[in-house]
Amino acid sequence: MSISVENIVYIYGEGTPYETVALNGVSLEIADGEFVGLIGHTGSGKSTLVQHLNGLLKPKSGRVFVGGAEIGAKGAKPVEIRKKIGFLFQYPEYQLFEETVYKDIAFGPTNLGLSKEETDERVRESMAVVGLDFDAFAQRSPFDLSGGQKRKAVIAGVIAMRPEVLILDEPTAGLDPRSQRDVLEMLERIKADRRVIVILISHNMGDVARVADRVVVLEKGRVALSGSPAEVFAHEEFLDSIGLGLPPVTELMRRLRLGGVDVEGSPLDVDEAEELLDRYLREAAAR
Amino acid sequence: MTIIRTENLVFEYRKDDESPPVKAIGGVNIDIEAGSFTAIIGRNGSGKSTLAKNINALLLPTGGAVYVDGFRTSDEGALWEVRRRAGMVFQNPDNQIVSAIVEDDVAFGPENLGIAPDEIRRRVTDALRAVDMYEARAKSPHMLSGGQKQRVAIAGVVAMRPKCIVFDEPTAMLDPRGRREVMDILLSLHRDGITVVLITHFMEEAVKADRVVIMDAGEIVMDGPPPAVFARSDELRALQLDVPLTVELCDRLRRRGHDVPEGIVAVEEMVACLCR
Repeated sequence: MSISVENIVYIYGEGTPYETVALNGVSLEIADGEFVGLIGHTGSGKSTLVQHLNGLLKPKSGRVFVGGAEIGAKGAKPVEIRKKIGFLFQYPEYQLFEETVYKDIAFGPTNLGLSKEETDERVRESMAVVGLDFDAFAQRSPFDLSGGQKRKAVIAGVIAMRPEVLILDEPTAGLDPRSQRDVLEMLERIKADRRVIVILISHNMGDVARVADRVVVLEKGRVALSGSPAEVFAHEEFLDSIGLGLPPVTELMRRLRLGGVDVEGSPLDVDEAEELLDRYLREAAAR
Repeated sequence: MTIIRTENLVFEYRKDDESPPVKAIGGVNIDIEAGSFTAIIGRNGSGKSTLAKNINALLLPTGGAVYVDGFRTSDEGALWEVRRRAGMVFQNPDNQIVSAIVEDDVAFGPENLGIAPDEIRRRVTDALRAVDMYEARAKSPHMLSGGQKQRVAIAGVVAMRPKCIVFDEPTAMLDPRGRREVMDILLSLHRDGITVVLITHFMEEAVKADRVVIMDAGEIVMDGPPPAVFARSDELRALQLDVPLTVELCDRLRRRGHDVPEGIVAVEEMVACLCR
């Protein structure tokens, strides 16, 4: 399973005074099992791009292939493609509606026409993936859960459909630090499985640097940068100029350096920064 | 001078008629100085948003009392006196914008206060200048970025000329630039003398306050200037909160045996310490 986006163009409100080119020739290849962080400021085209992957939007020109099948081609069944793509929108807890966590997660598989046994298996499996203990949570009301637990319950509902692509739009926004860490650890587990493509849309550069194999930067409807977190976050001035920025720890080290602390390197996590500063202080003491 | 005072504030609610009451706030006493900048931190469900909503009378205490500039929020007749003194900015700018034109949106609040048209015009202009959105006054809010929309929402509150503004996670939905823009506006309002109460999950924002209040299970568990509060990093972690990165790194370097003093919060202080 892979995704191929070939030179797509999308225009909102074409022919009206509000005409806006949202995507202006985007090409992107995503390999099987890859974890992609998609970043860009509000209005850069991130949501428009991912809505092309399950055919919610049709490009004005260009083509989109998911698992070899062209989206929107004659004879292509949108339903078949949507089954492969799991979508988690912003603030997904508003989508919870059942009496129990179990029923909420079972809703999708039941609608696929799966038997009770198969549905049960999928509910258990997806709760394990997101890290919600079955005995503790299955019979609870989703509305009594904490913010982080609610997010996990919704994500479990998406995973229960066994999608081949998981698209997550700001899954940690508005959560407290502990719940953010929980959701991030869940993403790392999903990544370690390598069973699905994950596309993570986020304004949190620290999260993206931590979990993504590859970071794709959208700006003005085009792919401006694409590479490993280290490669992409080395472009600090460019990222600054388009309203993004660096992961917090990378930014802190940059500010220490600007302040006159003579320390090399652009660490992407706190452990790495600790090592660099430890070495710096040892060398300073030896001098 | 105290502008906001809570006296043994209790707030309980029931999920439905049969269920027992849940205590969101269990006896909070806090005095907030006029012109100060207070950050309130706590995990989801700690009661911090409930406290904020009690400050501008969106919620009324079920026990104890809240005073804003001397007006008791639960007194009948005090409601508008409270609300014109304590404004509130929420997380999602889209839910706070009511008009199709930026300046109409900002005028909405003062119009409802029954202010004369000339005065409204003046206030709208001042408020839009204060948030640096005057150039966009004739635009439609939906054409703006998230940060710009949030600034318009702030202008709508500023135009009411409140003495105090409570910000409830105003940057949670914004991109990095939007976050910076909103924090810059918040700091400049504070410099202009407005009392600022900021509820946030971002420790780097809380560091900029004069005072940090930590809430847990409906109570205040820590209260003090940022260096004093963040020096208690182990207790904060036990409350499942984060500490600012500067504090985290200084802790780790101390544990490795380096001579790094406690209480470093600002990046400039860390630079000064490392450059010795």
